[in-house]
Amino acid sequence: MTDATQSGPMLAADGTPLKKSLARSLRRRKLRALALIAPLLLFVLLSFVIPIMSMLFRSVENSIVADTLPLTVVELRNWDADSGELPDEALYAAFTKDMITAIDEKTHTRLGSRLNYEQTGMSSMFRRSGRQIKKLDPETDGPFKDKLIEIHDGWGDVETWRTIKTHAVPITNGYFLNAIDMRRTPEGAQAQPEDKQILIKLFGRTLMMSLIITASCILLAYPVSYLLATLPMRVSNLLMILVLLPFWTSLLVRTSAWKVMLQQQGVINETLVWLGLVADDARLVIINNQFGTIIAMTHILLPFMILPMYSVMQTIPDSYTRAAKSMGATNWTTFWRIYFPQSIPGIGAGSILVFILAIGYYITPEIVGGTKGVFISNRIAYHISSSLNWGLAAALGTILLAVVLLLYWCYDKIVGIDNVKLG
Amino acid sequence: MAALTPISRKPMSVVLPAVAIAGGFLGMFVGAGQGSVLLGILIGAALMAGLAWVYMNVLDNESVARWITILGLGGLGLLFAGVTGLIVGLLAGWFFAFFIFWLYEGRYRQKLLPYMTGQQVFWHYTFRVICGAIFVFLITPILVVLPLSFNAQDFFTFTPEMLRLDPEGYSLKHYRDFFTNNEWQRSFKNSLIIAPIATFISVSLGTLAAIGLSQSHVPGRRAIMGILISPMIVPLIISATGMFFFYSDIGRFLEGTLGMDKNFVGYVKVILAHAVLGIPFVIITVTATLVGFDQSLTRAAANMGAGPVRTFFKIQMPLILPGVISGGLFAFITSFDEVVVVLFVGSASQKTLPWQMFTGLREQISPTILAVATILVVISIALLTTVELLRRRSERLRGLSPA
Repeated sequence: MTDATQSGPMLAADGTPLKKSLARSLRRRKLRALALIAPLLLFVLLSFVIPIMSMLFRSVENSIVADTLPLTVVELRNWDADSGELPDEALYAAFTKDMITAIDEKTHTRLGSRLNYEQTGMSSMFRRSGRQIKKLDPETDGPFKDKLIEIHDGWGDVETWRTIKTHAVPITNGYFLNAIDMRRTPEGAQAQPEDKQILIKLFGRTLMMSLIITASCILLAYPVSYLLATLPMRVSNLLMILVLLPFWTSLLVRTSAWKVMLQQQGVINETLVWLGLVADDARLVIINNQFGTIIAMTHILLPFMILPMYSVMQTIPDSYTRAAKSMGATNWTTFWRIYFPQSIPGIGAGSILVFILAIGYYITPEIVGGTKGVFISNRIAYHISSSLNWGLAAALGTILLAVVLLLYWCYDKIVGIDNVKLG
Repeated sequence: MAALTPISRKPMSVVLPAVAIAGGFLGMFVGAGQGSVLLGILIGAALMAGLAWVYMNVLDNESVARWITILGLGGLGLLFAGVTGLIVGLLAGWFFAFFIFWLYEGRYRQKLLPYMTGQQVFWHYTFRVICGAIFVFLITPILVVLPLSFNAQDFFTFTPEMLRLDPEGYSLKHYRDFFTNNEWQRSFKNSLIIAPIATFISVSLGTLAAIGLSQSHVPGRRAIMGILISPMIVPLIISATGMFFFYSDIGRFLEGTLGMDKNFVGYVKVILAHAVLGIPFVIITVTATLVGFDQSLTRAAANMGAGPVRTFFKIQMPLILPGVISGGLFAFITSFDEVVVVLFVGSASQKTLPWQMFTGLREQISPTILAVATILVVISIALLTTVELLRRRSERLRGLSPA
């Protein structure tokens, strides 16, 4: 029992000071909230954040050379790559020893294909030499220099050793240099030969096409959102179905629909030929090129532009435009000076959203883009599943991720991630 | 809406050219079917303008005029192009009967403000036509797929039989193929295994976390929210790349060290990957529902002696259920519709329906894809309806009835 006249801190019912008691209850509430969040947070960290981190790491990780050829790497340190002379016998002996171990563990072909990304021909050189090096005995069969050169001319080429030496580091910037059309050489970073420079162009094309898609989405979404925002709720809810139905329809359904529409024998071409607007032997080529990608992706991403625009336009009071008109503004002035500035947040939100989604798209460009309409993500998938150059795929992915995160940071500044709405 | 503006009849010089243009447009299509576009345009324009003139000057009886137009154009359509022509003709007749009198009587001004100038009225309707065209662009690809999936041929275009509405041109064979073909059935089954389990994981964990996040004192709420939302932000191809590296290591560990079944491990990998992708949707929808949740209800329950678990299931859960369900539907459709991640993480025995469609579209293109597409459209319509109903219900519960 607390006496009203008693001095000192206020006490809670159980006799502890009220301040302390409140602090304890707050701490308990915080802990309880965290305990509720913890399972999911752990789950996301484990199965999403760590994979992404491992991808980031893989874009610089390069331990394969040092792991497969440990002795050679040590010897290579003593060799002057700029001398223009072949390494000495000690290195060849070390290399033979390393190779025999590697052949036993069957890792030499993997090293070959890793080095093949840097210098063509390495892969077959490792594979072919492997069979014969296996027969050598590291203790008795020396000296190895001439024998190796006999087995394959490549081992007598200074370039081979220079390449191995350049890529012997465990952490490399080589993949990133490759990703921006450069390569790691003994003399430092250099541009790739002309005919191999495709990735910068591909990045440029991805950005360009994403911009075109975003712009056409703005053009198409603005009138529709305006109409939806100004019509009475009952009508606009009905029309909204026409926007939401494509939004909810499977991406593959929409992509296959566009494939059906755009083909040479597809619905659009057939109709145009039927109307006589296009000759039968001059059907429009609107698939497997940039046009196909742009039109299909504009359609697919349009709802993502309409929904944020609509929700912003809904909040613009009608009285503002009426006031402007009553003060003598023409239609155009009213729109341009009064309505449009207020709708800009919607345009901004929608554009960033569409742009972010477009820049990482894979499925649609793969199906309707052919070779000229593909994005950087298709290149990533190619390196993952066909060329198996995973380091380069990871480096390309890291660059793309950096761009997207930067854009999202802008999105958060402009719109706020908490304001993302669905449906 | 009541009429805003008193209307008056319009002179011939306004009505006739407009009707002639519309008639020419229709004539272009009919002409294309008969071989001469130019002739079609001219005949169409003259015919429609003539009809309009007769209605306005001679007949002057709207309902008679309407039936003449509908039946007349329908008959012409039947003559030229059979059943399809009849339908198109009836529709066109209905439109022209409406259009002529809409212009002639000046009804187009009825619902507009009286002080609008002619130019403004014209722009008003032009704008609507533009919007209509955009809506057509949005919906056409989906509508085109539906009839094509009943094609009796293995083509991706409308055959002449289909255009004639000949029953010969239609068949269910692509659907039959979908339901009997082992590969399609297996992928469908895989989708039905993976999507619900992934949804269950993301909904149960996501709802708990959303409740935690919505409490007042959460340290580092923004950072946590950022991490939980990140699967939605990061482009799928990057998530897929990261997961590809990571899950192949995990898979090797589970199979090699723990000796688990390869097939089982494959499913676990895909399900976990899909569960992560669905989480942001659950978090967003459930936190949005919890914004309107009255916390004093849980305190009242606690006051009356209910434990936290009982309070959750008896008080909180029923009220936030609409949000949880629509979040779950989003998570379900994310998993059900997902290709990239499953393509990278899964192996052939986890082939899902979208994956099968994707390979079909890329390699051996078969019209069965369109049948599957139609089924998926029907599913998405069902889901859309559910979400919309739930949203309305939740708004009603929170007293936010739509204006």
